Amino acid sequence: MTSAEQVKAAHRSAEEIGRTAAGPRPLPELGHQRAAADLSHVDTTLSNGLRVLAVRKASVPMVELRLWIPFAGEDRMHAATAEVLAETVLTGTARRDRVEIDAEVALIGGDLNAGVDPERLYFGGTALSDGLPTLLDVLGDVLTGATYGDTEVARERERLIERIAVSRTQPRTIAREALQKHRYGDHPATREVPQAEDVAEVTAEQVRALHNASVLPRGAVLVLVGDLDPQEVPAELERALGGWKSDRSAVVLPPLPALTGGNVLLVPRAGAVQSQIRLSAQTVPRTDPRYPALQLANLAFGGYFSSRLVENIREDKGYTYGAHSGFEFTGDSAVVNVDADTANEVTAAAYLETRYELFRLGTVAPTAEEVESVRQYAMGSLVTGTSSQGGLAGQLMALASNGLGIEWLQSHPERLAAVTEEQVAEAAAEFFAPGRFTGVVVGDADLLAPKLAALGVSANEKD
Amino acid sequence: MADPELFRFTIDNGLRVVLAPDPTAPVVGVSVHYDVGFRSEPEGLTGFAHLFEHLMFQGSESLEKLAHFRHVQSSGGTFNGSTHPDYTDYYEVLPAAALERALFLEADRMRAPKLTAENLANQIEVVKEEIRLNVRNRPYGGFPWILLPPVLYSTFANAHDGYGAFEDLEGATLDDCAAFFDTFYSPANAVLTVAGDFEVEEAKALVQKHFGDVPHRPAPVRPSFAEPLPTTQLLGEHTDAHAPLPALAVGYRMPDPINDLDGYLAYLVLAGVLTDGDGSRLQQRLVHVEPLVVDIGAGAGLFGPFEARDPDTFTITAIHPPEVPRERVLAALDEELEKLASTPPDDQELKKVTARWAASLHAEHDRLVSRTLALGAFELLYGDASLVYQLADRLSAVSGEAVSAAAKALRPDARAVLVVNPASTEGTEQ
Repeated sequence: MTSAEQVKAAHRSAEEIGRTAAGPRPLPELGHQRAAADLSHVDTTLSNGLRVLAVRKASVPMVELRLWIPFAGEDRMHAATAEVLAETVLTGTARRDRVEIDAEVALIGGDLNAGVDPERLYFGGTALSDGLPTLLDVLGDVLTGATYGDTEVARERERLIERIAVSRTQPRTIAREALQKHRYGDHPATREVPQAEDVAEVTAEQVRALHNASVLPRGAVLVLVGDLDPQEVPAELERALGGWKSDRSAVVLPPLPALTGGNVLLVPRAGAVQSQIRLSAQTVPRTDPRYPALQLANLAFGGYFSSRLVENIREDKGYTYGAHSGFEFTGDSAVVNVDADTANEVTAAAYLETRYELFRLGTVAPTAEEVESVRQYAMGSLVTGTSSQGGLAGQLMALASNGLGIEWLQSHPERLAAVTEEQVAEAAAEFFAPGRFTGVVVGDADLLAPKLAALGVSANEKD
Repeated sequence: MADPELFRFTIDNGLRVVLAPDPTAPVVGVSVHYDVGFRSEPEGLTGFAHLFEHLMFQGSESLEKLAHFRHVQSSGGTFNGSTHPDYTDYYEVLPAAALERALFLEADRMRAPKLTAENLANQIEVVKEEIRLNVRNRPYGGFPWILLPPVLYSTFANAHDGYGAFEDLEGATLDDCAAFFDTFYSPANAVLTVAGDFEVEEAKALVQKHFGDVPHRPAPVRPSFAEPLPTTQLLGEHTDAHAPLPALAVGYRMPDPINDLDGYLAYLVLAGVLTDGDGSRLQQRLVHVEPLVVDIGAGAGLFGPFEARDPDTFTITAIHPPEVPRERVLAALDEELEKLASTPPDDQELKKVTARWAASLHAEHDRLVSRTLALGAFELLYGDASLVYQLADRLSAVSGEAVSAAAKALRPDARAVLVVNPASTEGTEQ
């Protein structure tokens, strides 16, 4: 019998499948929750000004490394030069060429990569734990001695131009650029993907100059998590990265202008079969006393699957595969972003429902049940999210950018437990007020414009 | 580091169970793998296995629509499901206190899911949005996992689009759902895996308590998906409305993943030798030295290795500038394969690949969700979850000669070549 024939054979009806003689059963209570073990750690600053967070988490014989260096620049060519730098920083030093770097890292089961955004240059690495000295040696070599050979720069420049072309056809990249431009104008934070014509002009000389001027330890943070002894890490780092020094501090992005809300812009993308809805409003960073309540309000709105927004526009109406709201932290500021991708026919309806849920969050406060659900989710996802080396390293790095460390992580469940329903309602009403939001809808303007204009979204900035 | 202890048993209704205790963090992972993927879906119902995966979240006898999500998340947990060629998995990762709740949720939908016309209609729309998001509105959407199989394979099971045609999805009926559930979602056709912080005896009792009275139904007879190897180079072409650059995917058949695991692993090492890292052969030559392509990658399986029985696919994909003829890319690929076929890689080259594999397997085991899912998938496909912990050693034992033989088998006259042509100049308009 083929599988198709088996499926067609005699079977129960859907209704028969959905019931048993015994009937529905009660949901089991939660059992006892053991607290996560305290993690032995070090949080210190090296003589070169580099802040180091090292945490022992020996669940597997591996180490995770993250390095964030503030790396802003206002110059027109900065984004392009920085991108070429990130693409070529691992392509050679006086001691190792590109293939030798790759081979040395591979032989310790490792990986080392670099990337850049308008705020910082970052390195991510992993290795089997006994390969940590090698990983640090390669990193130190690169930070102090990357050579940016002319041919490597020329080749990566060409490749980057091709990759930018690919990237700019991704709906999410198009939408992100449109949102950045609409909400922040020409602030350097908007230059996330450089212009291809700028990249074409970048010289190896400029890349080397940028490295000398901006790849600096003071103000940067390095996180190491894994099967290691944290007490030994600072001395090991002094050895491996001690030669990396400067009196100057790494270059911090100028503060972003605060969002005040405003019109939502229709951005045309001809022939698109789906639209990107992207809304954004100013909130407060993790260090603000209102943050825990705000975090819970966000979860209730659209920050997890059981949220009002997802239940409405996905599970009730089928307008979208995924709708989300979440924080974006930049320097000391924070915004909340709301996004959903929807088919052309339902874009206006989905936008209307999204605005409706913003209004409703302030006027019909999250119930006791909703607050308890998001509280448990926030506390539980902290435990599950930090239960792996990679998850913990990522979380610590995110905190470090606000000057926070592992103590904040360990005390956050208490802060979440202390939030009252009233505080969630206040945060919801204040930060999710629809008038605070601005944003874009990207899609086929010919199809979308009439309905969206009726909702106050049009391609005309002066609407 | 010793391998974690595993407890494997089968309860009376045929449900296979894998318990993998690990007290290092107070969290648990629970997964159920059903032995049905998109290769088993009925003809005329492309995309049905995946659509059905969505319906399994839409309520059961004890749980209304939306309750599953709410109970997992209000317990502090996360969840998801995914459909593969040969299985469909469901999982939750939660604080350890919620173990019984997760078992209850999985048992309830295995026993009596509530399949309604309203939920079916709603999830058809959601799945169509998923396909628009991941395929139709995106450059290189479905490349190569949807586009390559119809070039390499000829049977419906192997060749069709696992995401499904809109008209097939729209035509799915409640009766199709009932038939599919009764056929494939029996406890005897599933594996339950529990990994993380729990006591073994307590977990055994909880499994019995919640799954013990799910009635037995026989597992369906699993058909072979075997088909003959290609005897010529097969060509396919696809126009992508959103892609800015041409791309190509080359598909080859591989050894039987289940009955010739070591032969299969040689192809994984070969993939690493070819494209893993700046020093790998194809990266070196095609990206950096010549250079002919923007990016190139090689690997086993349409979504990764160890997720399908025979036949499985070895793929090489590349995106290249329009001025580079694809024949040059293919010729360079064949030259590199020939070099490997005649001269095995040396120990250092192999060590680079196997050390990275060992590390990535450690990292995978460190993430509870991936460890839980890997144990379940290996128990289902291989009948032995503990193989997960042997993979690093078995990969390290692959010889240079075996890699050479694998390279030799990737012949130009027994493969599929899919070409993706850009249709527009989108992205350069603004």
